[in-house]
Amino acid sequence: MNEHDRTIPQTAPIQSATFSNAINAEIRRAAATGIYDIRGGGAKRRVPHFDDLLFLGASISRYPLEGYREKCDTRVTLGTRFAKKPIELDIPITIAGMSFGALSAQAKEALGRGASAAGTSTTTGDGGMTPEERGHSTKLVYQYLPSRYGMNPDDLRRADAIEVVVGQGAKPGGGGMLLGQKITDRVAEMRTLPKGIDQRSACRHPDWTGPDDLEIKILELREITGWQVPIYVKVGGTRPYYDVALAVKAGADVVVLDGMQGGTAATQDVFIEHVGLPTLACIRPAVRALQDLGMHREVQLVISGGIRTGADVAKALALGADAVSIGTAAMVALGDNDPKWEAEYQKLGTTAGAYDDWHEGRDPAGITTQDPELSARLDPVEGGRRLRNYLKVMTLEAQTIARACGHNHLHNLEPEDLCALTVEAAAMAQVPLAGTDWYPGKPGSGY
Amino acid sequence: MQSIDLATASLREMNATLQAQAAQTNATQWEILNPRGAHAIAVGLDAPIEVTVRGSTGYYCAGMNKQATVHVTGSAGPGVAENMMSGTVIIDGDASQYAGATGRGGLLVIKGNAASRCGISMKGIDIVVQGSIGHMSAFMGQAGNLVVCGDAGDALGDSLYEARLFVRGSVKSLGADCIEKDMRPEHLDILRDLLARAGVDARPEEFRRYGSARKLYNFDIDNVAAY
Repeated sequence: MNEHDRTIPQTAPIQSATFSNAINAEIRRAAATGIYDIRGGGAKRRVPHFDDLLFLGASISRYPLEGYREKCDTRVTLGTRFAKKPIELDIPITIAGMSFGALSAQAKEALGRGASAAGTSTTTGDGGMTPEERGHSTKLVYQYLPSRYGMNPDDLRRADAIEVVVGQGAKPGGGGMLLGQKITDRVAEMRTLPKGIDQRSACRHPDWTGPDDLEIKILELREITGWQVPIYVKVGGTRPYYDVALAVKAGADVVVLDGMQGGTAATQDVFIEHVGLPTLACIRPAVRALQDLGMHREVQLVISGGIRTGADVAKALALGADAVSIGTAAMVALGDNDPKWEAEYQKLGTTAGAYDDWHEGRDPAGITTQDPELSARLDPVEGGRRLRNYLKVMTLEAQTIARACGHNHLHNLEPEDLCALTVEAAAMAQVPLAGTDWYPGKPGSGY
Repeated sequence: MQSIDLATASLREMNATLQAQAAQTNATQWEILNPRGAHAIAVGLDAPIEVTVRGSTGYYCAGMNKQATVHVTGSAGPGVAENMMSGTVIIDGDASQYAGATGRGGLLVIKGNAASRCGISMKGIDIVVQGSIGHMSAFMGQAGNLVVCGDAGDALGDSLYEARLFVRGSVKSLGADCIEKDMRPEHLDILRDLLARAGVDARPEEFRRYGSARKLYNFDIDNVAAY
């Protein structure tokens, strides 16, 4: 019998799950170019996330609050441990650090405008503080990064808080990268680098290693700023229990914990997809560390990495966070990956929703670029309005859920309000699998 | 001269007092007594004052200094004059690791030796070390000048950008993308000026210059072995 005889039934072609089309394409691309894939954004792979949790809502055992009528507070104060001037926010949703350089000046201005209009803070990035950003941000967090690009004591004192960045969720243990096409004259000057070179940011700080040194570094920063402003410590999600405990030991006022869905301006795809923990897996160990030290709510916990909706906000807070931070979602609110630019995304070999070559500086939406023509596409006033609207919607959504669970403050949400749809999510969030009173690792359960 | 005794005054009181000095202050001469290795001494200063620290200091002495002259009569712990913007910092003894890290301006003079990573990520500061320096010094140095009158340790100038390195003695090894370069007249002038400002009696012609080969400025697969 001839197996190629088309008159008899044929075995259907089966694509390999291991060697998928995407994997094979990447192998071919690597073979052709000799360089790993660099991209922006966070992990795209499916990992257990807030979508795998549900709120239970009130019933006979708990009574709900009246939507729109009964108070549900959203305010949060960050930095109550040591700072003379803690940051008081109207909503527990902040804007994460994104650099001028990675983002256009218009985008940074829009982030400041939107955050300020919503009563929250925004954050500088790995390129220093621009006057525009400071001017349009009512509350601005100044990142203290390993590169120290643009770092100076005047901006340090102009900040409303300082965030010592140890790592980020997209690349814990890795440094940053800004490719030459985005190093314009202004970006180069701010970073004291030649124009057009590939700019690397170190993976660790140049003048301290370990928690004991960090404690002294924080002391220095406090002495320079007169103990006025809160000092955050940001870590990527890897060993959240120990990292949070050590940050607290080092004297942090606030710990920012970024899971692997958190975005970056540019790094290796292999790093983004294969290093770090999902955001969901970070929160409970971090909260436990704070509780073990008697510091829960004394040192505030800010969670980031894949926060998209008010439901995500409510779930993060229910698991013990004090606030959340958004980066990618804020960019989308400004117009990133908007289908209206589909024709241009196609020219770049991608499609709206999948565009992640933020490092190339050719963003059709004018956000992750330094190209003057592209940047001009983003109106910072309109962008700020869109971000404000989005932040308001997320807040309303979170309030809706909190009221339904019977809480008059978002911080009163608790793990008991939640159940999980999957065993994995139940294990990570340490809330019962839906319809049961069990989760993996539950004390006394034997599993 | 105004004195602050750290045996009785707190670190906060000392720094707050020094930081409060205005540009036109008449109180230009200060001394810090009994530093006893304390961290963050005389940080964040921003006035043309002269501060003498009588003894040795811990981490980050004179961190982020602007305008002031800070003179440590003993040795300095890690990160002395880190991120200095301007002014002068003088260490009579030795300096621990990360001396002058990320400094953006001013002059750091170390009369003894400096440990590893001296001038790491320097961004415009001038550093003159009369003794020798440890490994990985001037790592990712972006701008400024590092002058070493003694020897340099391993991996000098690794991943260097545009900082200039001058060494009079031996160099144990050069880091990735760091090469020896010609000492042209303009470099001799720069070096002569730095040596004079640092009060070092040495001839510029005795030094060799090192800088970036600039091969790693933009990724090239043919240079992958250097990464």
